[in-house]
Amino acid sequence: MKATDPLLALAGHFALISLLAVGGANAVLPEMHRQAVDVAGWMTDRQFSELFALAQVAPGPNVMIVTLVGYQVAGLTGALVATVAMCGPTCLFAYGVARLWDRFEGAHWRKVVQEGLVWVTVGLIAASALVLTDGAATSWRMVVVTLVTAAVCCWTQINPLWALGGAALLGAAGLLG
Amino acid sequence: MSRVETAAAITVPPSLGALFVGFLSMSLFGFGGVLPWARRILVEQKRWMDADEFNEALSLCKVLPGPNIVNFAIIYGSRVHGPLGAIAALVALIAPSAVIVLAMGMAYQRFGYLPQVQNVVAALSAAAAGLVVAMAAKMATPLIGRPGPGPAVAVAVFVAVGVLRLPLPWVLAVALPASIALSWYVHR
Repeated sequence: MKATDPLLALAGHFALISLLAVGGANAVLPEMHRQAVDVAGWMTDRQFSELFALAQVAPGPNVMIVTLVGYQVAGLTGALVATVAMCGPTCLFAYGVARLWDRFEGAHWRKVVQEGLVWVTVGLIAASALVLTDGAATSWRMVVVTLVTAAVCCWTQINPLWALGGAALLGAAGLLG
Repeated sequence: MSRVETAAAITVPPSLGALFVGFLSMSLFGFGGVLPWARRILVEQKRWMDADEFNEALSLCKVLPGPNIVNFAIIYGSRVHGPLGAIAALVALIAPSAVIVLAMGMAYQRFGYLPQVQNVVAALSAAAAGLVVAMAAKMATPLIGRPGPGPAVAVAVFVAVGVLRLPLPWVLAVALPASIALSWYVHR
């Protein structure tokens, strides 16, 4: 076994951390960072932060940071290997659980478990909202952008893309610094 | 506890093609995260599922390992169209956005030093955070009037993860059994 083969290292690393990613991809970011920067030396601290920001801003799931890390390490093949390793095993697992779960539709224990889970989820989503807002709030203008976007989504039927586009324009014009 | 009956509770599952297009559009709109768009498209626009079904499916994704929205695609896709539905939702979600993020990565390697680019990235991050704030509010609102200890659980998890930044595995190890036990106690 070639422990130094970057593709093998990518596949092994991301398959392993995907199984630890209870609560979402962002939950294993610290572990991803440790592996990519400290253990494997694939990139610098700053490069990792930039890839994270890109994956956040790009359309699509935030798990795309894995695709970018794979690309950085081993080009397009690396991007493919890392993405499949991160999503493949957990997809099969989720499929099995989903089928099992739907089979017990209407069961009393399922209702009990479900209601327990829902409240934890609402708390987790609210926590994500706070963590993301905190990370993005580099100035008071940024806080206003966050609050206005939230208000538009909550109380109007306006497509949120307008809020995102408006923020991007204001940012490009240097008005949010 | 009975579900809140509203007009939005009348839901129609999509065809396989519509499923693919739905997950494709939420992925391509999903600047700063796909989940707010998943809720907007599935619950508010297409009415393929109601607010309760969304919360329930999402909570299953949260406790399963792996990216939440990827699990969501598998769970919802397989529920309406079996294995084919799961694959359609997954491919629509992942493949086009992987191509885009790689193109952006290549562009950023060349132009990322420009202050305008960095300003745009920062502004989009702030707006994207607002989408998640709105989604949290929308998820919590229909639950607020319901009896039981649920709201206290949600607030405790919010404080532990959001304010105190405790490690997620430990919080879940405590919060999940506690929340399920409380739910059992209420429904016994």
